[in-house]
This record gives sequence, C-alpha cells and structure tokens, in this order.
Amino acid sequence: MTYKRNIDRLPIPPKGANVRNVVCHYCIVGCGYHAISWDVNTQGGPKPDQNFFGEDLSKQQGAESHAWFSPSMYNIVKQDGRDVHLVLMPDSKCEVNSGLGSIRGARQGELSYSEVTGTQSQRLTDPMVYRYGGMYPTSWDDALWLVAEITRRVVQEQGEDGLMVSAFDHGGAGGGYENTWATGKLYFDSMKVKNIRIHNRPAYNSEVHATRDMGVGELNNCYEDAELADTIVAVGTNALETQTNYFLNHWIPNLRGTSMDKKQQQLANEPHAPARVIIVDPRRTVTVNACEIEAGKDKVLHLAINSGTDLALFNALTTEIAAKGWTDKAFMQAHTTGFDEMLAANKTSVDQAAQLTGLSPDQIRKAAAWIAEPKEGKRRRTMFCYEKGLIWGNDNYRTNGALVNMALATGNVGQPGGGCVRMGGHQEGYERPSDAHVGKPAAYVDRLLIEGKGGIHHIWACDHFKTTLNALEFKKAYKRRTDLVKYAMEGVPYGDREALVNAVMDAIRKGGLFSVDVDIVPTKIGECSHVVLPAATSGEMNLTSMNGERRMRLTERYMDPPGNARADCLIVAGLAQALERSWRAAGKNDVADKFKGYDWKTEEAAFMDGYNKHADGGKFVTYERLRAMGTNGFQEPAVDFKDGKIIGTKRLYTDGTFKEGKAKFMATQWRGLQAAGKQAEKDKFPFLINNGRANHVWQSVYLDQNNDFVMDRFPLPYIQVNPDDMKDLRINAGDLVEVYNDNGSTQAMAYPTPTAKRKQTFMLFAYPTGPQGNVVSKGVNEFIIPNYKQTWGNIRKIADAPEVTRKLTFKDQEYHTG
Amino acid sequence: MKRCDRSVDVGRRQFFSGGATAAAAAVATGMGSSTAQATPSLARVTYPSQRIGSIKDLKVDQPVDINYPDSDSPGVLLKLGRRVEGGIGPDGDIVAFSTLCPHKGFPLTYLAADKTLNCSGHYSRFDCEKGGQEIFGHATQNLPQFKLQVDSSGNITAIAVDELIYGRLSNVLPA
Repeated sequence: MTYKRNIDRLPIPPKGANVRNVVCHYCIVGCGYHAISWDVNTQGGPKPDQNFFGEDLSKQQGAESHAWFSPSMYNIVKQDGRDVHLVLMPDSKCEVNSGLGSIRGARQGELSYSEVTGTQSQRLTDPMVYRYGGMYPTSWDDALWLVAEITRRVVQEQGEDGLMVSAFDHGGAGGGYENTWATGKLYFDSMKVKNIRIHNRPAYNSEVHATRDMGVGELNNCYEDAELADTIVAVGTNALETQTNYFLNHWIPNLRGTSMDKKQQQLANEPHAPARVIIVDPRRTVTVNACEIEAGKDKVLHLAINSGTDLALFNALTTEIAAKGWTDKAFMQAHTTGFDEMLAANKTSVDQAAQLTGLSPDQIRKAAAWIAEPKEGKRRRTMFCYEKGLIWGNDNYRTNGALVNMALATGNVGQPGGGCVRMGGHQEGYERPSDAHVGKPAAYVDRLLIEGKGGIHHIWACDHFKTTLNALEFKKAYKRRTDLVKYAMEGVPYGDREALVNAVMDAIRKGGLFSVDVDIVPTKIGECSHVVLPAATSGEMNLTSMNGERRMRLTERYMDPPGNARADCLIVAGLAQALERSWRAAGKNDVADKFKGYDWKTEEAAFMDGYNKHADGGKFVTYERLRAMGTNGFQEPAVDFKDGKIIGTKRLYTDGTFKEGKAKFMATQWRGLQAAGKQAEKDKFPFLINNGRANHVWQSVYLDQNNDFVMDRFPLPYIQVNPDDMKDLRINAGDLVEVYNDNGSTQAMAYPTPTAKRKQTFMLFAYPTGPQGNVVSKGVNEFIIPNYKQTWGNIRKIADAPEVTRKLTFKDQEYHTG
Repeated sequence: MKRCDRSVDVGRRQFFSGGATAAAAAVATGMGSSTAQATPSLARVTYPSQRIGSIKDLKVDQPVDINYPDSDSPGVLLKLGRRVEGGIGPDGDIVAFSTLCPHKGFPLTYLAADKTLNCSGHYSRFDCEKGGQEIFGHATQNLPQFKLQVDSSGNITAIAVDELIYGRLSNVLPA
C-alpha cells in the first residue's frame, strides 16, 4: 500500500509561540519559512485568542491558508536542551515564495532530527574513528588529534599537494558563508591547497567560467524579472521541478497574464502582453507542460534539440538576430567590445543549425523573432536562464559564452525583464580568501585520487560515489586505497598513538589513503573513511546564504544539533588548532603560526571574520541586522545601512558597467561533441542516458534516503523510457534494469514515458540506490567541467518488478485538464 | 529494499511510539487546560461512521461528490472498474478520497482517462488506483483516503481517514 502517516491531528501552536526566520535548506530558490516552536507540555486551542494564527481552528480553513500545516512540517526537537514542538511552515510574506512550500521544503520539519519521534535517526551524533575493524565513537579531541597528526605528517612528506580536499562551496545546508569562509581560510590561507574539488565536480572551478570571463556575473537579475519579461528563454532547466516556487510564484503569473498590471506600472510607454517562453531541452518536461497549460501552446516554443547541440542553436540565433537588424546597437556600442569579431567567428546559418539540432528552420527563425523582434518599435525584453542542461552539457564553456553573446547583443543584461542567469542548484554562500594558487585549469582531483596521488583526503559534505563522473572506477580505486590503511590500523592497538600513526603513514607510503569525512549523515564514500566528524546543519546553527537573485537571509538557529555535532566552521576551528599544536610539537613553529586566528566560539564569530570583513558590502551586514530583515533579507551586494535597513542591489549592471568596464563578446565556434570519447560512445551505444533531478527529491536526498514518504515513491532511481522501446527491451513498468556502457553499470526502475523520444531515456541523477555517475565517462572540458548529460549506454532487464516498485504508480507525470 | 516494504508500518510506529502521540492526544482534551496531559485519551480521533452512497448507484468512472467526516470536507466516491488494493464492494474497486489538494487546498478533479485526481492550482496529480499516491506534485503527503465499509444492502459507509485533511489540524473538528 501507498505510504500514509495515519496522523489525523496535530498540536495547535499557542498564542505567543516563538518564531524564527528560516530559509529552506535545500535549493537555490531559498523559500522563506518560519520556525514556530513552543514548549512540549503546552499547547494552543482552536479559538482565535488561543492560537498562534489568531484564527478559528474549529472551522475548515480555506485554500492557501496561513493557519494550516501538514504533518511533514511538524516535529518535536530539542531547543537549548529542552523538548519543544516545532512547526516549519512557509512564510506568506516572503517575496520569494509567498507562502508556497515545495514537496521538499515543506518536509523540513519531518526531516529534522528528533529523539522523540525518531525522525532522521541516521544523523551522526559523535566523532567516529576506525578501530577494531569498525567505526566507533570517540571524543572531538581524539578525532581531531588523529586527523591533524596524519595531515601534518603527510604534508611534511608530500608537501601540501599530498592533502586532497573535497569541499562544498555553496550556501544552504552543507555550506553557507560561515562555513565556506572557515574551510577557505584553512585551505587557502593557512595552507595553499591546490588539490581541491567541489561537491559535484572533480575540480575547483566555476561551472560558468565563460560568463565570468565575459565580465557578466551569472546571477545578475531578480526573480521579478520573470514577471516582467516579454519572452523567457529557458535552456536546460526544468524549473517546475528544480526551482519550483520561483517558477510557480514568478513565471506563472507572467504566463497567465496576471503580472500585466505590474508590467504596465513599472514599464510604462511600451506595449505589453503575457509572456512567451522558449524552452531548449531535448526532453519534454513537466515544465514544458505547465507552460503550455498556462500560456497556451501558441506561446510556448519547445526546442527539443538533439542532445548537446545547444551551441549550434545559439550561434545561429545570434547570427539571425544580427542579420535581421534586431540587435541593441546603442547598448553594444556603449557597454561591450568584440561584437563584430564574435559574429564573424560564430556565423552559423539557420539551415546549418537545423541540420545539427534536428529542429526545423522555421522553429529557429521563430525563436529569433520571439527573442529579439522589436515590439511596436520598442526593444523586446527577454530573460535568458540556464542550468545543468547547459552547465553539465556538451562544451560547457563555449555554450555558456554563446548564450551570453545573445543576451548582450539584444541588450538584455541589467534591464528589467531581462538578465542572463543561471538558475542554480544550491543557494550560494561563497566567501573565501583568494583561490588564485589553484590555477586554471584546476587539478582533476578525482583522476589524481584514482592514480594513487595524495596521502590524506578531507571531505566536507561531498559524496563522490553518488555525485561524480566515472564513479565506478573512482569507487574501486578509493576503496582499494583506503582499505590499505584500514588493514594497517587493524594491525596495531588503537591506544598506542605512535604505533597507530606510524602504521597509517607506512600504508600511505605504499599507496594507501587516509580518509576524513565531515558530514551530517553517513555517506557512501564515508563507508571508506577512517575518521567521520558529525556536522550541524542549517537551523541547528545560524547560517547565512543568498538565493538565485542574490537575496541574503539569516536562518536563525531553532534547534540543537544532534548529540555532539558541531557547525562546520567550528569543526574547522578545532582542526586548525589541532594542526597548530601538531606542527608546534614537530618543532615547526613557523608553520604552526599559520594556523592562528581560529578562536571562533560561535558561527557568528566566523561570519564576522569572513563575510563582514571581506565580502563586497559585507561591512553593512551583521546577524542583528539580518535578523531584522526577516525572510526577505536584502539583495547582494549591500550598499548601505539606512533607517534600520540594509540597502541592497535589485539588479546588477543597471548602468551598463561590467566587471572590467565593458562586457566582452566571445568567439564560440561549434566543434561537435567536445569531451574526449563522447562521439565514440554515442556511435557505439543505442540509448541516450540523459539525466537530472526530480521534484520529490532535489538537494534533499541525503535526508530523503531516510524518509519514508520519498523512499516509498522512489525506492530506486527511475529511468524514463519510451513505451515502444520498452516493448523491444521486453521490460514492463517497475522492472529493474541495468544501464551499462564501457564506463560502468548501474541500476534503475523503468518508468514508461510516452513523451520520451525513441532511444532517449532520462535517469534520476545522484540517487543512492543507483548512481547514474557510474556510466558517465571521465571526459571533461578544458576547465575540467564534467559532461554528465551526453551519456550513451545500453539497457537490459535484471528482474521483474519487485514488491517495492510493483505497488508504485507509473502514470504520466504531466497534468492534463481532461 | 526491505525497509521500504515495511514503510507504512514503520512510519506509523515511529509516530505513535514517541511523544508526538501524547502531544497530539492532548490536543483533543480540554484545549489549553493545564491538566490536559493527565487526561487519558484515545490515540486517534473518533471518526463518525457516515453513509456516503450505495453500490447500486455507482457507475464506473462516474465520480460522486461526498463529504466526510463533515460537510466542510469534500471528497469523491469512485467506482474504478478495476480491483485495487483497499477497494471495497463485490468488485473490490470502490474507493473514496478527500478532494482538497494537500498542498494548498485547491479542489481536485477526476480524470477518468487515467483514473487520477488532478489539481489545477499547481499541477499535482494523485493515482486513485494506488491509494492516492502522488504521481507528481507539491503535496508532502499522498492523498487522504477515506476508509470504507459496505453492508449487505450495498450501503457504503465511511469510517476513517488515513492522512491529515487539508485545512484542519484535526480531521474531526472540535465541537
């Protein structure tokens, strides 16, 4: 049977319950929430004067009620050591989400750690070390001593290149300004670590190098621009599922026409109509469907290109727009350089692009008109946005550049209803000392680890086994190397410190790797680790981040971390202090001195040391001021503090001044499938194994793997397959299939999808019960950006649908009106 | 996968094994009373048994509007034409669900073509043949299903609900 909670009532928050500001932990959108808490032995009543909401709760509440919360928003947690009821519910006054909660964010309550209700019992509560053949708890002092001692000895023997690091660089849970600053200070200031990579890619690099190299920061508009645009161009982004409330609260009004008043008010003196939308995606997504439902099919242009041919399309569109005379010449003249050279280099005819992309010439011409044809003599306002379909797609750098070329040529950066932006994954929260020493291209850290390089690996909230490319080969090498150290540790008594450290170092000299995993839950890669350190997550610590429109908020601590878990920045502080002691004991006072400056007692101290002192506009920002700004916060960068408010920046580049003065066009010629081996893989294997995220689980799988509601729906990753292909493969809905190619193999459950093109599948990415990364080749671009999307493989049946999938629905995910 | 086979029971046990039960139970007893904790209470609310239809009046894929557990809680009574788990009646195909979307409370409409309930508010879809499982959508719970009984005369009675209904913190509203 389908999972049901069988909860038929919930406690009523009393009048006067405590309220704190919260931003959803998970995705980039950063919906505003409130944490409402009250003592476990008290409760409110149904009368308006008895409850927090001031409503008569003996009556049925209407749609979009501010006075109803679902069982998933509720829990009992510890707050300063005392049990409290906790409700985490969307804030109707937050401009981002206006009270909407996604299927992920609205489960934050249920996904909190509770000793009372038993939720998230998987959370790590104590430092653990490998001894006597298993992982066992120990003290912070013991664990940090061991990590520092091995780190110091490896660095002494191999230099700082012997220390490999995998670390978050984002905001929200597993990140935030406090924690990126702390890790950055440790690895880029106290040390100059070069062999470092980011949580979802094998090197330390930007996913959007090109736009930055052109002088255009990638988060340059505001969510309201989606309400003001004449045309939205969405490239490789499935916003309904992965930026849900940005889509529902800001795109839909424009598609429905309900933002017309706002358009006329803010942008008088030009004609307005409900938005048109162009979606570039090989796959028909629920986003395409929702746009058609709201705007009408005639206002939606789904460009279902051959996978990986975006670049050819963009070059042709820019060529066509220029040929029609639809460019914004005044803007380009004043604020850009290199247009003519770019146009000459990238010249692509509509017919050439049609041949490469599989689109019709008419579709391409229509797209060009929707993007740039003036509306009654006025410039058309077009918002360009893109995400992993482009970022993790073929020829990342050039494709990113080609899209920015089009946005600049049409004058759509820095203008209301415009922008050329990434949609984002996590929230952002990056503030670190300079990473210039890392170099460009940065080291391909996963390759180095596979090749036996390095002696110690510090992992901060990353799980390569789930979220890297060439994952099966990586896992095999990683397990072999870390097992060498485990065998060595088993040969000596744990309590004999010197013998233990010597045994570990001896194993490292023989190719072993000592692994340290900092996380909030057990991870797949952590199964190989020798030390596991328990971290706190957002809400268990005060945490600052910004969303996809640079909106910075403070999530106020509303509950205690589990057991002895600590904020990452305070773990860094402890580790830095342990390293200082270790270097000093080794007689290296000059090195030891580099680890001073970590005397933070709170996350706020780390924030003030980092963001406040170093960020652009950081001096205007403190916890106290952020608290007062609530869930609306301000948009970075801060430019002033006036009348009790932090003054932010709604859009970037509104005066046409870019990072280096003028924005630069970029030559971005088409060159086929760029990453080594991709064309051969395409030629050899019949099925495109396209991949990405799903609505139920997105930026939340680390907790969802322990959540009954989600694991009941998706016990295994789905692979969407055309029903006729399923017939040929003799597989039925829910059957277990193996996906395989020369890179590796993985498993999924078959989900018949009539809208899927023949031989074009789509598999849920980064799922713990079937990592798609196993079949992704090691091929990367010139800056070590992986190419997950263009993967080809074969599919075969493993077994008939087992009980866990047999009971599932495999009906069409698209909403229909009948 | 073993865990998932038992997920319903596990979820139920997790909730009812802890203090949430005590807290939830307390709500039904003397609101705001300082002695509420000491008052013995049932673990679940007491649902009314309510006749909502008759087998002879039902036709396949022709939804009947109902209300349960009271007149402010709209639902739908369905004969699906195919035996489903949890279905009642001679063909095991009669089910009933709340029609308030558990996301934001918009009304759901029945699509006979694929036997689903659909929300025009934000495109959520629920499968009537799979206990109201959310096919796609934003609700954080599968659709509340009304538990049914049928007597020898074919009268259909609703007797309980398996998830919290949108817009109420107690499925049976306090008097």
